[in-house]
Amino acid sequence: MSSFIEIVYFAAAVIFILGLKKMSSPVTARAGIVWAGYAMIAATVVTFFSPAVYGHGFFNLLLIVIAIGIGSYIAFKSAKSVEMTNMPQMIAIYNGMGGGAAAAIAAVELVRFADGHDIGGSTIQVLAVLGALIGAIAFSGSAVAYAKLQGLMNKTLRLPSHQAINIALFAVTVLFGAVLAFSGEVSGFTVFLFFLCALVLGVMVTLPIGGADMPVVISLFNALTGLAVAFEGFVLGNAAMIIAGTVVGSSGTLLTQLMAKAMNRPISNILFSSFGSDGGAPAEEDIAGTMKEIEGSDAAVMMAYAEKVIIIPGYGMAVAQAQHKLAELVQLLEERDVTVKFAIHPVAGRMPGHMNVLLAEAGVDYDKIYDLDEINPEFLTADVALVIGANDVVNPVARSNPESPIYGMPILDADKARNCIVIKRGKGSGFSGIENHLFYADNTRMLYGDAQKAIGELIAGVKQL
Amino acid sequence: MIEGFTALYIFMLAAFTGYEVISRVPVILHTPLMSGSNFIHGIVLVGAMIVLGHAETGLQMLIGFVGVILAAGNAVGGYVATERMLEMFDRSKNKGGA
Repeated sequence: MSSFIEIVYFAAAVIFILGLKKMSSPVTARAGIVWAGYAMIAATVVTFFSPAVYGHGFFNLLLIVIAIGIGSYIAFKSAKSVEMTNMPQMIAIYNGMGGGAAAAIAAVELVRFADGHDIGGSTIQVLAVLGALIGAIAFSGSAVAYAKLQGLMNKTLRLPSHQAINIALFAVTVLFGAVLAFSGEVSGFTVFLFFLCALVLGVMVTLPIGGADMPVVISLFNALTGLAVAFEGFVLGNAAMIIAGTVVGSSGTLLTQLMAKAMNRPISNILFSSFGSDGGAPAEEDIAGTMKEIEGSDAAVMMAYAEKVIIIPGYGMAVAQAQHKLAELVQLLEERDVTVKFAIHPVAGRMPGHMNVLLAEAGVDYDKIYDLDEINPEFLTADVALVIGANDVVNPVARSNPESPIYGMPILDADKARNCIVIKRGKGSGFSGIENHLFYADNTRMLYGDAQKAIGELIAGVKQL
Repeated sequence: MIEGFTALYIFMLAAFTGYEVISRVPVILHTPLMSGSNFIHGIVLVGAMIVLGHAETGLQMLIGFVGVILAAGNAVGGYVATERMLEMFDRSKNKGGA
């Protein structure tokens, strides 16, 4: 039986990797997750028959079944009912649960160690502690990320000398960890203090990070959870956990790097400083021109008689849930033989690909959706660039002003289109607090209002023609 | 079962595999992919089951119990979220809707 279990774990690990690979193409992606799902079920079922579980009494078995039931029910209900626009925070919370589970595994093993069991020697203790530290940080950090994205916590909280406190806290946590890892016997209280510190550390690290940087942070926590799972896999001698966890850890790290690179900010910068807090915003130079408002009906005319329209969606579209209206507008324009393309900035929204998911939900064909590199040359031949609730990702100062905090960030060249229409809720600047020169340009018109309402006006306008 | 350098080799090879598998993913699939990899580390459920299985004292059982709940939430939530997102990329469905 034992070797059969090992074979199933091995097969599950292989299928997880194949599943991830399948998820790298839109055509096979769905099959990829379904495969991985079957592998997960198989691995879970055989675990019931592993000696560690099966041989230890009925009560433990019952607890396992009840716990799986509770966890599955809550997660299934929430994942089925959540709006697509709220998906980022749900991913954050499910990821946090994984981190918490890894920390719990370590906690049980360390408590067993405190109770006098040999859990496998100092190497195992070190790995258990490392996994616990990472998992606990991912757990509490993801909870904060969830709260921020869900709007439960709007302010970015920053204590005086926040960084020094974090460093001190980290040092204390590592100290407790070292005691657990290297001493011959420990008390349960030390285990408790260690986890308390690690959890607080996760909160403290995530608190000062603004909502705009959350995609990178969620991705980082995802990678960290993978790593924590791999470490706990070593502790339990479980190859499936080691392989699956490590694969997620490394792929998540790559994804995090790609995202941070797209924002032109090193990961350390995102974690340890937030926009505007590192020395304040640079002195504003004078901006030529004024913001020019446009009526929805006039904007509709501009778009209806254009040959090519490029649409740049941003977080504003997600907040207003405007993707369905937008799809309707696109359909109307296409009926009038207007070529419509979507330009997606890598960090538009709150997660990489956030906009793609929303557009797919609204039924926009993914052939119309282009990456930054693909679409940028096309702005020169576009009659209208329609910016919906995006700001920094179209700010030309990223190209022109070396003083700007976002200088060097790749942007979508909306300013190079013949006309630019910007749908925006108010006159303020974006999350970064940087004035957007695009809004003041001669060929830019501002359409103020909630994205849903503004696109509604555009639709009404196009229909009247 | 798995010890010392063998474990290290597994770790290294898996790390390279993860890197390689992801490096060809188009941007439009980044979110589903993050969600999918989030599901895959739901394998932590297996570990949580094992520790709850061999838990002996009340405290160990309590922590293990919470661990299994969290792990099951990770796996099930991760799967459903990913599946819902990828469903929208399904072409045959999109044609009718749009």
